[in-house]
Amino acid sequence: MPLDSKIPSGPLAAKWDKHRFDLKLVNPANKRKFDIIVVGSGLAGASAAASLAELGYKVKCFCFQDSPRRAHSIAAQGGINAAKNYQNDGDSIYRLFYDTIKGGDFRAREANVYRLAQVSGNIIDQCVAQGVPFAREYGGLLANRSFGGAQVSRTFYARGQTGQQLLLGAYQALCRQIGLGTVEMHPRTEMLDLVVIDGQAKGIVTRNLVSGEIGSHAADAVVLATGGYGNVFFLSTNAKGCNVTATWRAYKKGAFFANPCYTQIHPTCIPVSGEHQSKLTLMSESLRNDGRVWVPKRKEDCPKAASSVPEADRDYFLERKYPSFGNLAPRDISSRSAKEVCDEGRGVGPGGLGVYLDFADAIRRLGLHVVQERYGNLFDMYEKITGENAYQVPMRIYPAVHYTMGGSWVDYNLMSTLPGLFVIGEANFSDHGANRLGASALMQGLADGYFVLPYTIGNYFAGTRPAKVAASHAEFKRAEENVRQLTNKLLSIKGKRTPTSLHRELGKLLWEKCGMARNEAGLKEALKRIPELRDEFWKNVNVTGGGGELNQSLEYAGRVADFMEFAELLCIDALHRSESCGGHFREEFQTPDGEAKRDDENFAYVAAWEYQGPAKAPSLHKEPLVYEEVHMSTRSYK
Amino acid sequence: MNLTLRVWRQKNAEAPGHFETYEARGVLEDMSFLEMLDVVNEGILERGQEPIAFDSDCREGICGMCSLVINGIPHGGHRGTATCQLHMRHFKDGDTITIEPWRAKAFPVLKDLVTNRSAFDRIVQAGGFVSVNTGGTPDGNCIPVAKTVADKSMDAAACIGCGACVAACKNASAMLFVAAKASHLNLLPQGKAEKDQRALRMVEQMDAEGFGNCTVTGSCEAVCPKEISLSFIAKLNRDFGIAALQGK
Repeated sequence: MPLDSKIPSGPLAAKWDKHRFDLKLVNPANKRKFDIIVVGSGLAGASAAASLAELGYKVKCFCFQDSPRRAHSIAAQGGINAAKNYQNDGDSIYRLFYDTIKGGDFRAREANVYRLAQVSGNIIDQCVAQGVPFAREYGGLLANRSFGGAQVSRTFYARGQTGQQLLLGAYQALCRQIGLGTVEMHPRTEMLDLVVIDGQAKGIVTRNLVSGEIGSHAADAVVLATGGYGNVFFLSTNAKGCNVTATWRAYKKGAFFANPCYTQIHPTCIPVSGEHQSKLTLMSESLRNDGRVWVPKRKEDCPKAASSVPEADRDYFLERKYPSFGNLAPRDISSRSAKEVCDEGRGVGPGGLGVYLDFADAIRRLGLHVVQERYGNLFDMYEKITGENAYQVPMRIYPAVHYTMGGSWVDYNLMSTLPGLFVIGEANFSDHGANRLGASALMQGLADGYFVLPYTIGNYFAGTRPAKVAASHAEFKRAEENVRQLTNKLLSIKGKRTPTSLHRELGKLLWEKCGMARNEAGLKEALKRIPELRDEFWKNVNVTGGGGELNQSLEYAGRVADFMEFAELLCIDALHRSESCGGHFREEFQTPDGEAKRDDENFAYVAAWEYQGPAKAPSLHKEPLVYEEVHMSTRSYK
Repeated sequence: MNLTLRVWRQKNAEAPGHFETYEARGVLEDMSFLEMLDVVNEGILERGQEPIAFDSDCREGICGMCSLVINGIPHGGHRGTATCQLHMRHFKDGDTITIEPWRAKAFPVLKDLVTNRSAFDRIVQAGGFVSVNTGGTPDGNCIPVAKTVADKSMDAAACIGCGACVAACKNASAMLFVAAKASHLNLLPQGKAEKDQRALRMVEQMDAEGFGNCTVTGSCEAVCPKEISLSFIAKLNRDFGIAALQGK
């Protein structure tokens, strides 16, 4: 099946306007005849569910947490980009577009990214109107700060809790619709299968996480807003519950999965402290605005206290290697540089897996109170976790898995290869290429939910007039039966290993073989080991309790089972992509000074994988990346 | 360090609960409280028993999902700290720790330490929003907001909706939660148009959910992981009073 990205013709800047005019509309009175399921209630899911309900569609929204307000978007700290040029520093839609394309190492779809930059300003307007308490200047206007990968100040923020405030804005809009009866909310409910009838997505099968009841929900379209798959690495900055289940089960029903090997390792996280560790905590990238990253020049200085290493013996490696961007180099580059110096034996802290993020200069230059005002909550968070006061000693940071650029393949309308299945936010692949810039995830989630999907989904309804099916259809019963069987199987193995121990082993394997740096031999080893581990899981996992009750081990085991399958696709994709780009760094492909070496001639495409059945290799479909406007250049932040 | 845990176990909403004792051995001070429970749960699972059910998600103090009463205090009593950010360095070898769920009529226990906090969502559904649809909003800078006002609104908006305020209150009042949401919006020019309705409806829903009355003892503020100020309750009372007097 050839992939049709449905990118509109015409000049880049006019594509979205033209497309919006070409999209078919659904009459306001007819909208209530269409049922839409939205899975996930983060920025993308909540904004989509609210906006679709406002338009008049009948919406059901599902989340596994106890309230839609808890989705992991809430943890985003730093900010949201928008091309408002409020700072008069030369920003424009085109510049945001270009920075994002370049930041993504020329592996994103040009038309999507341009549209993202175009609607970025509307997002800020929308959020302000909802009452999001963005930071303000004394004159009452909106404040901005700069962020990694950009040389203008275009990031809007609400202290260090921007994700929380934007999500609460979307959550409140969603709550308003729930109160009006236009959205039916299903918290503590997990999607366990997608139902496809006559080639179209027609609904989902869910498990009520309190009662254990397996149920069916039919609709005219299904929207997945289920976030990323970073937890396949076990340790990541994702919330404990984040999982790949929804997009993975959709993949097994025919929705292609694109670019799974594009994973983002965030440079500023609190280092691992021990085996017991359940997750990693991010320290906002905004800290790199004022913090300076360094390690000692000599190995023998590493065990010493930071304060006893004199200035001349410190290596501010980001400033040294990338003088024009310095500590604000993009995430993939900063992470790799940190890994490099640690690999050289110059890391600091336990196990030598850490670098300093030092605020001493900023405190001298700005005064303690300014640093406190800007980053106080982050310093507090750091102290809670490490017991160290970062106003007095430098923070120790190390890269950690943070975001996944890959996801379900979608066309320009955000529809997957399955008609009627839309995928938005982090769950899709489309806008960040091989590396996401800071403050762009919030932008994309809200762009998809507020300003793109509400237009494009109407075109699907008006254009195809999908046939109605009910949840009593045999296909739903079959899917329910499969889910029940899977649940019973997990409960009946009664082996010797806990889901956590198996998940941790999988994560460790991936981090070592398919993490910040990858190579052919390592990936092949991982591809041999993953099926063995999966076998072990299905033979030896231990899940106690029953299916008809609140059972957290059972929920978790189901998610781990999907990670066990997904991990293989991740490594297959990483192995096939014989180039380095963005977050995908293949050691065989680097420049003499250790930078990623892209191969545009052979790999300027989106790799979309199609499921072929259990124990069969997936087949690869290529969507060529055609750049009509920008010239693919080698990224330089020097 | 080695610890003794007394943990509330309850099969489901209907079943009676009881305390059970567990030994937590080899606990490291760098572990978070929830990681300590993870380790205990791994042991329980290895023995073929059912692990202790508790809620958590982000584990960085922002999603508001975690909710444990630790030694009688919601979130364990360290200022501005949610359970997930509480670390074991605050405990010492040989300690006995009692762990319970939130206890309030409006937050029924679902299992062990997991409670149902949907009442909070319904309060927000009643009026905790600004009624604007997507699209058609003016440029963000058309609505100037004085920095002091924006900062104060943000202080209130920082609430994570965990429910510790209710769990700490002898009356199980939700006033701090309601006051924080109402104040966040009522302080801003964007929220002014619906200020009266918001105060009335949210309080009405709060009462309907079975939360108790506020007697301003301040236990809520003391346990709030985001240190939301009691003064917002005064603001809500004022907003409510004005709206009620106007007969809205």
